[in-house]
Amino acid sequence: MKSPVSTAIAIAAGVIVLLGYFVPNPYLTPIRSTLIDWAVIISGIAGLIAIINLVRINWNKLSSTNNRDYYSAILLVGFFLTLLAGLILTPGNIGFQNIVTYIQVPVEASLMGVLAITLIYASIRLFKRRKGWMAVVFMISAVIFLVILSGVLSFAGQVPLLKNLLAAINMLPIAGARGILLGIALGSLTTGLRVLLAADRPYAG
Amino acid sequence: MTNGIIALALTLVTAGLILFFALVPSLRESSSLRVIQAFERLHKAVGHAVEQGSRLHISLGKSSLLEPTNPSALVGLTALKQVSSLSHASDRPPFATSGNGGLTILSQDTERAVFRTSGALEFYNPDRGRLTGPTPFSYIVGAMPLVDSENITAHILVGNFGPEVIFLTESAETESAFTFAASDSLPAQAALYASASEPLIGEELFAIPAYLESGHIYKASLQTQDILRWAVIAVMLGGALLKLVGIL
Repeated sequence: MKSPVSTAIAIAAGVIVLLGYFVPNPYLTPIRSTLIDWAVIISGIAGLIAIINLVRINWNKLSSTNNRDYYSAILLVGFFLTLLAGLILTPGNIGFQNIVTYIQVPVEASLMGVLAITLIYASIRLFKRRKGWMAVVFMISAVIFLVILSGVLSFAGQVPLLKNLLAAINMLPIAGARGILLGIALGSLTTGLRVLLAADRPYAG
Repeated sequence: MTNGIIALALTLVTAGLILFFALVPSLRESSSLRVIQAFERLHKAVGHAVEQGSRLHISLGKSSLLEPTNPSALVGLTALKQVSSLSHASDRPPFATSGNGGLTILSQDTERAVFRTSGALEFYNPDRGRLTGPTPFSYIVGAMPLVDSENITAHILVGNFGPEVIFLTESAETESAFTFAASDSLPAQAALYASASEPLIGEELFAIPAYLESGHIYKASLQTQDILRWAVIAVMLGGALLKLVGIL
């Protein structure tokens, strides 16, 4: 095992945080809080390093003699303008927040519009890609819930039988989602324990 | 306090089960995994990329290690390690993209570990672990130009995504590349089901390390997960039954 010290530190930190979470204790709680605070600080620094890496890669792509990528210029100009404005005006400045929001929000909203079209297009092509009864179920449920959520059946509230039927149909995705989420929770638990048992060591580089 | 102790006891039982299945040789050898077509196709796609000299792209999602969604990112890192081990010697080693700074550094570290253990550290390039954007949309949109510029024949998407991941899978589709995708997010699972070549649904995400033959502990972990699932089903059905007869 490479770096047994770092592995021991990782396990000890994990066990302390876990114990502090389950069994509140006057000795464990401050250590747990300190460890979590350190994790937040390290995560912030990691974000900064990764952004510097992103800028460096895009600079290399722009200055490359073959396969020069001009989109990188847009990224670099946007990055440095935002950085400069943030440094001069400070992030709390209303004007700075407005400049960022008025660019980012419309761009992301338009992407959401494109996303809706892309989802419809992908759903139509599903039959070509995946033949079988699951594709049929997927399409039928998509159509049923589009109809229900469109409000066309709003009169159903007045008809007791239809009201109960719609309530039963609406329960189906909730039940399915809970089943999936329970499975994911169990998977998350075993994955976390593998890190605590040092079987998974993503810090082993 | 009582709830905390019960939760801690359950966690310890789970850890005990994982160790039990991993360390008892007879249980280790008798367990076999059911055939999932997605993994068969993934193995073929990785082999094909190595033979062809094309590149593999592993996308790790946007989860922060401080969020409850981080186990999906840890599974993604294990997948990156296994795929890198299989293909690092090819002309074009795989590269990883992510939407979180911490995850980017861990992806670089994971690839470095693969090159180090195979004695080829001089060929390791940290630029193959990239942050493509710090927000959900910028991450996916930032990864899209790589799809048609790096001669990629297979995309492996394992982690926490939003429905916007469909932009990436559709771009891959236009380049006729294979996409293997798994996420812990329900909207992303729906989008991936409609657009990826081989999507995994639900907890199949956590079976990836076992199917990529990462080690005994991953199979043991999967066996433990199955036992816990049956226990949860039994508790839910028992509770419903007791409620029905008026005991609860």
